[in-house]
Amino acid sequence: MDAAQKPLFEFLLRQGDNALVLGHRTSEWCGVAPILEEDIALANMALDQIGQTQLWLGYAAEVEGAGRSADDLAFLRDVYDFRNLLMLEVPNGDFGRTQMRQFLYDAFQVPWLTQLQNSTDTRVAEIAAKCLKEALYHLDRSSHTVIALGDGTAESNKRMDEALAFLWPYSGEVFVDDETDHAMATAGVAPLLSEIKPLWLETVQTVLVQACLTLPEGDYAQKGGRTGFRHTEHLGHMLAVMQTLQRSYPGATW
Amino acid sequence: MMAVTEAQVWDWLDTVPDPEIPVISVVDLGVIREVQVAQDHVTVTITPTYSGCPAMAVIALDIETELAKNGIGKLDIQTRIAPAWTTDWLSEKGRARLEEFGIAPPQAAGGPKRCPHCKSKRVEKISQFGSTPCKAQWRCQDCMEPFDYFKCI
Repeated sequence: MDAAQKPLFEFLLRQGDNALVLGHRTSEWCGVAPILEEDIALANMALDQIGQTQLWLGYAAEVEGAGRSADDLAFLRDVYDFRNLLMLEVPNGDFGRTQMRQFLYDAFQVPWLTQLQNSTDTRVAEIAAKCLKEALYHLDRSSHTVIALGDGTAESNKRMDEALAFLWPYSGEVFVDDETDHAMATAGVAPLLSEIKPLWLETVQTVLVQACLTLPEGDYAQKGGRTGFRHTEHLGHMLAVMQTLQRSYPGATW
Repeated sequence: MMAVTEAQVWDWLDTVPDPEIPVISVVDLGVIREVQVAQDHVTVTITPTYSGCPAMAVIALDIETELAKNGIGKLDIQTRIAPAWTTDWLSEKGRARLEEFGIAPPQAAGGPKRCPHCKSKRVEKISQFGSTPCKAQWRCQDCMEPFDYFKCI
């Protein structure tokens, strides 16, 4: 890979790894969700995320030009090579926390992918346009669920409040620009994440008010996932499950 | 072998059923974007519906099988993601067949126009997802039957 291509590769890994890790975490609900409709919905959401992963990591593999495929990137990298947000790798917690995380992520994805459609990199613009269609109904669904649970019973409100308190310190990481983000902004590939934050916050505030929940005050942010500097202890366990087949039977296909 | 025309290939493809909704063909579904014939070499360009739809791999295999049956040995199936697939590409024939089959066809308004069974307009959403990523679950408030709605994207 040409040194000039490195930031693009890094950028694509971040998009792909977010989709992959969230997709895998969401798939853990398959067969154990609270009701049948939710079980089907969560499995389908996971499927969308894995599909988006193929697009992002497929392009990342091409840019890298090292003969690796999207599957190789997904199943044969270890923890410190992953570039996903910490918020997406922490365990699901209860159903409420899973929905709150999905909402916080969807509220970011919609304005982000909307702007990526104008990327100077046509492939990025095309993938973003495809993913946006799915992100829009994910947001529609997750925001309605957050409102229903937040404005539900005393118990469901309490759980959503706890979910928000747990996830909030992880949400700050999404919008911290680093060298890669500046390189992408200069090249016109993507806007700076700090420019997306006000749009995200507006959606989050609007929905939380309707959900009878209060926006947490602190702005301390757990960081390190998207830069690969430091993941939580949970990602390794998740990868052990997700990658076991390819690790045990290298090259297995069906 | 006789020269194959593009129209003929389109006709053959129109006999390949969607693996998950077999009452419509892959042509009705709108995933076939282009057919090119250069002598005996056929190129079919498909656009995936949902990015993670597991049916896409089956669709490619079914296309290959159908065309091989008709003597096409040199086939290329290419995937094109832009412009992104939209339910606007469903054919009129496909829409009518969906409704006969009990699946409400997609509407720009975002919800089914009527119950595919009793045609009542009093319908309500149960869940945004149904048996496949492309469908949502709705229910008729008159005949009380639940039904699939093909989501509009």
